[in-house]
Amino acid sequence: MKPRRRQNVASYVALIPAFVIVVCAYLGTMLWTVQISFTDSKLLPSMNFIGIRQYERLFTTSRWIISLENMVIFGIGLILVCLVLGFLMAAALDQKIRFENTFRTIFLYPYAMSFIVTGLAWQWILNPTLGVQQYVRNLGWTDFRFDWIIQNDRAIYVVIIAGVWQASGLVMALMLAGLRGIDQELWKAARVDGIPAWRVYLNIIVPMLRPTIITSVVLLSLAVVRVYDLVIALTGGGPGISSEVPAKFILDYLFGRSNIGLATAASSVLLVIVLVIITPWLYYEYFRPERAKGGK
Amino acid sequence: MLQATPTPATAAAMSGPSGPRPRSVTAGRVGLYAFLFFAALFFLLPMYVMIVTSLKTMGEIRMGNIFSLPSEMTIEPWIQAWNSACTGLNCSGIKVGFWNSVRILIPSVILSIFVGSLTGYALSLWRVRGANLLFAVLLLGAFLPYQVFIYPLVRIYSTVGIYGTMTGIVVTHIIFGLPLMTLLFRNYYASLPIELFKAARVDGGGFFQIFFRLMLPMSTPIVIVACILQVTGIWNDFLFGVIFAGRDNLPMTVQLNNIVNSTQGEKLYNVNMAATILTALVPLVVYFISGRWFVRGIAAGAVKG
Amino acid sequence: MATVSIRDLEIEFGNLKVLKNLDLEIEQGEFIVLLGPSGCGKSTLLNAVAGLLDISAGQIWIGGKNVTWEEPKDRGIGMVFQSYALYPRMTVTGNLSFGLKMAKTPKAEIDKRVARAAEILQIQPLLNRRPAELSGGQRQRVAIGRALVRDVDVFLFDEPLSNLDAKLRTELRVELKRLHQGLGSTMIYVTHDQIEALTLADRIAVMNGGVIQQLASPKEIYRRPLNRFVAGFVGSPSMNFVDGTLVVEEGRATFKLKDGRIVDLAGYEFVAPPEHGRPATLGIRPEQIDLEKREPNATTIPVNLTLVEPMGADSLVWGDVAGTQFSVRIDGDAHVDTPSVVDAWFEPAQASVFDLATGARL
Repeated sequence: MKPRRRQNVASYVALIPAFVIVVCAYLGTMLWTVQISFTDSKLLPSMNFIGIRQYERLFTTSRWIISLENMVIFGIGLILVCLVLGFLMAAALDQKIRFENTFRTIFLYPYAMSFIVTGLAWQWILNPTLGVQQYVRNLGWTDFRFDWIIQNDRAIYVVIIAGVWQASGLVMALMLAGLRGIDQELWKAARVDGIPAWRVYLNIIVPMLRPTIITSVVLLSLAVVRVYDLVIALTGGGPGISSEVPAKFILDYLFGRSNIGLATAASSVLLVIVLVIITPWLYYEYFRPERAKGGK
Repeated sequence: MLQATPTPATAAAMSGPSGPRPRSVTAGRVGLYAFLFFAALFFLLPMYVMIVTSLKTMGEIRMGNIFSLPSEMTIEPWIQAWNSACTGLNCSGIKVGFWNSVRILIPSVILSIFVGSLTGYALSLWRVRGANLLFAVLLLGAFLPYQVFIYPLVRIYSTVGIYGTMTGIVVTHIIFGLPLMTLLFRNYYASLPIELFKAARVDGGGFFQIFFRLMLPMSTPIVIVACILQVTGIWNDFLFGVIFAGRDNLPMTVQLNNIVNSTQGEKLYNVNMAATILTALVPLVVYFISGRWFVRGIAAGAVKG
Repeated sequence: MATVSIRDLEIEFGNLKVLKNLDLEIEQGEFIVLLGPSGCGKSTLLNAVAGLLDISAGQIWIGGKNVTWEEPKDRGIGMVFQSYALYPRMTVTGNLSFGLKMAKTPKAEIDKRVARAAEILQIQPLLNRRPAELSGGQRQRVAIGRALVRDVDVFLFDEPLSNLDAKLRTELRVELKRLHQGLGSTMIYVTHDQIEALTLADRIAVMNGGVIQQLASPKEIYRRPLNRFVAGFVGSPSMNFVDGTLVVEEGRATFKLKDGRIVDLAGYEFVAPPEHGRPATLGIRPEQIDLEKREPNATTIPVNLTLVEPMGADSLVWGDVAGTQFSVRIDGDAHVDTPSVVDAWFEPAQASVFDLATGARL
């Protein structure tokens, strides 16, 4: 039973900032963006509606297609590697090891830094003339090649590496919290039953961590859709347009190329993608009527 | 001999394995530490490379031994990065960006936490019609791509006259910090014993009295978490800074990217890396000082409360 | 069928010795309850028998086999936990059969054992449900079932009923007793609940501070507690303790209260001949006291009665003896005036006398 709460004028006054932000900055701008996407706006918004022609143009623009493809590749790569690496790190830290705090601090610190910093650091390490490639060549393997950052079909994988470096610590932290929440008697029961540790993880622990895994996937997906600064700092979208991503495409067309109609159409597509990912999860997490609490 | 000898019975009773299991270093244990070691290496190497590079001379860097320690240590790149690194034609170092970021950070953090706590308080403890809807849209706003909001916001800011100003960037941080801040405080206040609030109501406390006298003073832990999230988040922001802050207020991240990725002249990798580390310094200090609080912040922000 | 033998067991956590030189011989088919307050080492002992924690010294034998270094799964034990520890994402059948599958037991054999366990515990209708869909009592039944299917001779219970409400606890307690009678297996049961201990056990090991204080039948523990700790821990409401000194005159022992009054102890069986002038504690259970003389051998003790607590079938009357708090259990219908000073009656043969300094039974 929820306690009855008294209504109070002051509580409405206090919510004015939030209300203004939600109505103007979120809903209003969102609708405005969608509206512009149906016009022929170029440098300035116009009221000349042209139906879905901007969307047709968008999906015949190879740069947008490449951006979307890159987002998918980056998304799948980042999420898979982060989940696996993050889980392995969390499971390893949960084995009563020495220096647990030190390891945890090391795994998580990149997450505290800006994507710009991460991007610039990896750009330097993977520098084809002075970075890792050159270092290995200096050691004697003169044929060694690791110049993905300047290869059209590899540049996006470099973004994945940098993204994993930054974000897998987050997954580790979430998973570790999940593992620590698991009843120790469960482990004892499995030991009495004679179940090998890896089977315990696979058949018992991982299924129990499902909420944590879902949360991680959602958070990473959002990072994937938003990825902008990492690409700016690491590859600048290059070589050429081979590592372009949607967020960058939109900003380039908004400010650099002054094609507002096309940019807002792209934004709207991105919006739909995110809504598809997010709505079921949001409902599940926050608005589902009281879940059955049992079963831990 | 008077030596005590065990009677046959006890000897038989205590035969065989006794005491703790013999410990042996198992292959699994070795593999475990090996994995942890290599993982740590992967996470530490970039930082190591940045640090050694920032301490080398350009001459040494050109030899391509990216992992080697500097043969002659120099702090010249750091001084240069701070004082005289160039963005285009302007050569006054990353310190400009640093102070811009500080000036953006302080009002943004304070105001966003204040608005967030007030909203969270109203939504958690008071009966407000439409509260759930407001909260739902707010949360949704946290997850939508910023690109959807940006252009109309630019137009609104221009109309109001805050586009490209300090006010503009601070307002932007308040707007986009609100969902997370509200979530944090809403969950925190909802977790407090409701009797406390009821008692204050019975004592005749009004909305703002209860907020300022009772709730805010009890909010220290969650304010710390909120501070950690906002300080690192706002400091690390690039997108809003580049769009809304205006030429005179560019935050450190934007200036860093301009310095490093500028196409003019020879690339001074040591200066670049020094500037990069300097930019990362504030969130790193927050991270190392806050320790477990940082993790708590992640958990509070990521998982439902 | 199997015996369990714990020999000279020692367990340390860091520098803290949790168990010291502990010996315990458990016979085939015996139901042993380890009883004690939290932190007394009873769960530690059980976990050591299961092989779930490392011991510092000593041996553990199960079924005539030294299992000190064996893995839990190879010890021939089944274990039931306080939190049930069911595998949450598996059905009841999955929970019962997972361990057997891991041990590569043939499918037919698994089905047979699961069906048998389900029948014994009457959980057949639940087999396809998940733990989250079960009530607490059902979950604990499944947890017992998971131990049953292992087809072992020794069952370990770690406070299995503590998470249940009072009514279910009583029900399952009876079922556990029935189960023990039906299976005839050896059972070791840890609890802090003396009612569980008294009702279930063949023998109770009362533990405190990592040491077994007394190992005896429930009746013996209740009637003749070996020391003050056991006397105070077992029994509810707890035993009254009155300090004083022993007076031995011409072979007759009496007990001198602090206010100088004398309580006759004729009929009390001393462990060793009593010593004149030894400071001692007289222990009498509230239910062993009457406000009228009913038994021929009864003797009197002067009590100040101050307060009556009616509890339905009987009432507890509170007061003091020579300044020490004292309680008497009387029939619920009986009437007592408070405050009043009365002579209460008890049989010395049922009382206990402890050394004041060591707490040992005299």
